[in-house]
Amino acid sequence: MKTRHKRLALIGGALVILGVIAALVLNALNSNIALFISPTEVAAGKAPKEKVFRIGGLVKQGSLARQADGVTVSFVVTDNEKDLTVNYKGILPDLFKEGKGVVAQGKLAGDGLFVANEVLAKHDENYMPPEAAKAVGDAHARATAAKQAGSASATGPAKPAGAN
Amino acid sequence: MNARFHLYHYASPATFYPLAGKLIPVFAALAVVFGLAGLYLGLLVAPTDFQQGEGYRIIFIHVPASWMSMFIYLVMAFWAAIGLAFNTRLSGMMATALAPTGALMAFLSLWTGALWGKPMWGAWWVWDARLTSELILLFLYIGFIALQSAIDDPRRADKAGGVLLLVGVVNVPVIYFSVKWWNTLHQGASVSLTQSPSMATTMLWGMLLMALCFWMYSIAVALMRVRTILLERERHTEWVKEMLAGETK
Repeated sequence: MKTRHKRLALIGGALVILGVIAALVLNALNSNIALFISPTEVAAGKAPKEKVFRIGGLVKQGSLARQADGVTVSFVVTDNEKDLTVNYKGILPDLFKEGKGVVAQGKLAGDGLFVANEVLAKHDENYMPPEAAKAVGDAHARATAAKQAGSASATGPAKPAGAN
Repeated sequence: MNARFHLYHYASPATFYPLAGKLIPVFAALAVVFGLAGLYLGLLVAPTDFQQGEGYRIIFIHVPASWMSMFIYLVMAFWAAIGLAFNTRLSGMMATALAPTGALMAFLSLWTGALWGKPMWGAWWVWDARLTSELILLFLYIGFIALQSAIDDPRRADKAGGVLLLVGVVNVPVIYFSVKWWNTLHQGASVSLTQSPSMATTMLWGMLLMALCFWMYSIAVALMRVRTILLERERHTEWVKEMLAGETK
């Protein structure tokens, strides 16, 4: 083995060891690196008590409401398994929308309510013109409508049979 | 001699210097062409985004800058490994020449991201895994430049800087995969090698042309810088003296 090959092998070996160390450290720090936890994790009691943390998920459709005082907004964050109601006083970011991603920072109040002091919008990686987005949305709506019609017609004849 | 050492021929500073001089205008011209085409597509042709409106047009700078910041670091680490293993003169100079451009790209990526983050996310800065690891990358670039300029002997500076570059290389996959490994505020990749891109075609082309422009710009600037470093470090050698004598005649 020539010296330069030895050195190359040494560099390669050192890089592999470094990679393993980095992987182990990052793995150990996993829970600290995650920016937010999901409502399911909150329901499982993984949320820190009396401490500020962030939750993330989707804003549930139809859940956004302004409260009687006129400044507090409340909405439900869901991960499609568990829900968590969030109260927030302040300005919502531009991309905040029902059905879209959100990250809220705050504390759990006693009654399972999450009181946020900061709300950030998390958006997805899809970029398209509005017409394309509308076409995708329409196609999706048609598909669900067709599905419902299909299941309705499938159960339709069965019902009168059961009634008879 | 030239024919026999074909591959290594241009690894010699004396032959690389004139070659780099010939290549610079080519890459500079390509950067202008790709840049104009990319900006035309990106700012005038590409449609408005359905969610972000006009604000999404940041991607024509932000994404190419982020890609370059990671890629330049990998190239520098490659040259550092070659330099440490084979003790070649030119590889250390290549790493040194690329560093300011890499730092610029990392800074551009963070800065444009912050400008966009305020209206879109609602925050200039979040300690999210993607943002934090990109900030570490900027610090690695600055650290490399600082370390190299702190050591007077250029050969020793190359070695010390090379070790730093190789240690820091673990950060690059962390940046790239951070959005997959952890919950982050930063969205996932729209363009990847394994999936079809989740973007409208004109937007994608605008972005890719800008990425090519950034590539050409980085190569041209790095070559200009490496020529200066070459002259400075090799000023006592025969070929530099001969060349300078030839120019003054």
